[in-house]
Amino acid sequence: MTTRIDRAFAAAKAANRPAFVTYVMGGDPDLATSQAILNALPQAGADIIELGLPFSDPMADGVAIQMGGQRALKAGQTLLGLLGMVEEFRRKDENTPIVLMGYYNPIYSFGVDRFLAAAKEAGIDGLIIVDLPAEEDNELCIPALKAGINFIRLTTPTTNDQRLPVVLENTSGFVYYVSMTGVTGAAIKSRAAVGEAVQRIKAHTDLPVAVGFGIKTAEDAAEIGKHADGIVVGTVLVEAVAKTLVDGKATDRTVAAVRDLVADIAAGVKRART
Amino acid sequence: MDGTNSLRNGPDEHGRFGIYGGRFVAETLMPLILDLEKEYRAAKVDPVYQAQIKDLATHYTGRPSPLYYAERLSQHLGGAKVWFKREELNHTGSHKINNCLGQILLAKRMGKTRIIAETGAGQHGVATATVCAKFDLPCTIFMGATDVERQMPNVLRMKMLGAEVRPVTAGAGTLKDAMNEALRDWVTNVENTYYLIGTAAGPHPYPEMVRDFQSVIGTELKEQFRELEGKLPDAVVACVGGGSNAIGTFHAFLDDPEVAIYGAEAGGHGVDVENGHAASMTGGRPGVLHGNRTYLLQDADGQILEGHSISAGLDYPGVGPEHSYLHDTKRVTYVPITDNEALEAFQLCTRMEGIIPALESAHGLAQVIKLAPTLGKDKSVVLCLSGRGDKDVESVGKYLGLLK
Ligand SMILES: Cc1ncc(COP(=O)(O)O)c(C=O)c1O
Repeated sequence: MTTRIDRAFAAAKAANRPAFVTYVMGGDPDLATSQAILNALPQAGADIIELGLPFSDPMADGVAIQMGGQRALKAGQTLLGLLGMVEEFRRKDENTPIVLMGYYNPIYSFGVDRFLAAAKEAGIDGLIIVDLPAEEDNELCIPALKAGINFIRLTTPTTNDQRLPVVLENTSGFVYYVSMTGVTGAAIKSRAAVGEAVQRIKAHTDLPVAVGFGIKTAEDAAEIGKHADGIVVGTVLVEAVAKTLVDGKATDRTVAAVRDLVADIAAGVKRART
Repeated sequence: MDGTNSLRNGPDEHGRFGIYGGRFVAETLMPLILDLEKEYRAAKVDPVYQAQIKDLATHYTGRPSPLYYAERLSQHLGGAKVWFKREELNHTGSHKINNCLGQILLAKRMGKTRIIAETGAGQHGVATATVCAKFDLPCTIFMGATDVERQMPNVLRMKMLGAEVRPVTAGAGTLKDAMNEALRDWVTNVENTYYLIGTAAGPHPYPEMVRDFQSVIGTELKEQFRELEGKLPDAVVACVGGGSNAIGTFHAFLDDPEVAIYGAEAGGHGVDVENGHAASMTGGRPGVLHGNRTYLLQDADGQILEGHSISAGLDYPGVGPEHSYLHDTKRVTYVPITDNEALEAFQLCTRMEGIIPALESAHGLAQVIKLAPTLGKDKSVVLCLSGRGDKDVESVGKYLGLLK
């Protein structure tokens, strides 16, 4: 059975380019504007969408995504609200995969089984849960796989060859390589090292490998995209939202700013292999 | 008793105490946490490491800490005899040094060259800065901006000891926010940095490790009390922030059912006031934060609340996982103590015994003040007096109107 995620990577590969994965915070800066941003992403060039589930204590995120999460929470975002956004998106888009990215507690609090049923129903394809390493696979990863939702694992520069098989064992959909030891929004130190790391991971798995953390421009995307099956851009999109706000409120430039930046970086993605 | 029915066997190999504990951290940190566990297992059975700890405890910390009969307070309360296990007399002024010495030796063994820590009241920050000075390691302490203000004497001590103090302005600027920021630093500098966690919480193996380092409190207490009174105490009491002085006090007594055990949580303005207290077991429910599953103060959607306590060291919306387990199994009774009850206990102790307790420890004392009069004069209650109150005199002075 092929999934939306499989099909998105296959289509990008057929076009001889990496898949473009965009991260936005669900509910930032307010629920309606966030919905409009989400709906605009595929048209602007996103192949896969990571939708951030805001959390009060985002321990692996830098300031930009922390602030985005706080704006979303202040706007009243909840787990059910986020699922509602996906449902709304799916009314018009049956093809673009959506991966929910966040931390475990809101899901644990909601109830794992209840969450998986609701997520499947809403049209969520995968989960990236930062604080659930392989050692805690029984919590959500295994139940998610049973429910037909991919559990996408992060691998990092500290994941050595000995550990990679453990990390990859129950991973599905794709592998997300975190380009550095650090929080979201920091800068990549060595592009060459990223390329080598992707090759190292590919020796252990047939899954596509997407690279994220620190990709900020079309040029970054073109460079990193040479070696990766997908590139993930997040912080700069959340920053783009922030820059358009006046007194913390969305303006008529908010949606356009994200859309234009996605289109700009998508052009970099397209020339990665040329 | 050390058999299958013992309450002292936890955690299991997955770092669980019942359903609590675990290793809920980002993948970047996972290899390091596994390394740490391996190193700790090796150190635990290494006679050289054990001898180092023993020697430092004696000559640097000043152990054993005395067990003191608080005679005037006992008479005033008119019931059980009240005793203090005087951790406030340790070098640096609290129990925190017990843990810091154990961990700094581990950091050295692992070849780490930089130390980070979070602190609330600043006692753990001071103890960390102290051992970093002694062992010649650079250290960065994360402290909530609110706490920097209310615990200024400790901020100055840390700076004088050579530590960099980074105020954290996120959230309410308290212990939870400091811990988030410390974790972010750790993820970034994982290669060379050791995270010296200050309480019996966080991902496995920290809750177990910190408990082991603090268990010297209860082990000494048990022996001292037997020597003086020829029996076990009838009750032991400690305040619970993350829970390190409490688990250190309780652990030796878990399998002695005749000893009642009480943990005093921060009841703030009262547990009925939403977001007005930090009593995670009385007012929270199980969740996952900072690497472990435990009781947490959270809203209906699983977002963590800030909580409130007059005491910076107890102002944390979670608690160590072993306490959650002991709460569910009902072996330990956890009770909320309000800001005002703690302030009254602070003053009573100061006036009657000539001992200025930390505001954290004053929460434990407030529970003793409630408990002792209900017990006969032949009974004994022991409080872990976890720290001294020098750091709090300015804050308390303001509350009492002694300062303008
Ligand atoms: C004197 C004192 N007691 C107690 C605590 C609370 O910590 P724990 O619950 O880990 O003992 C602190 C924390 O700062 C403290 O300084």
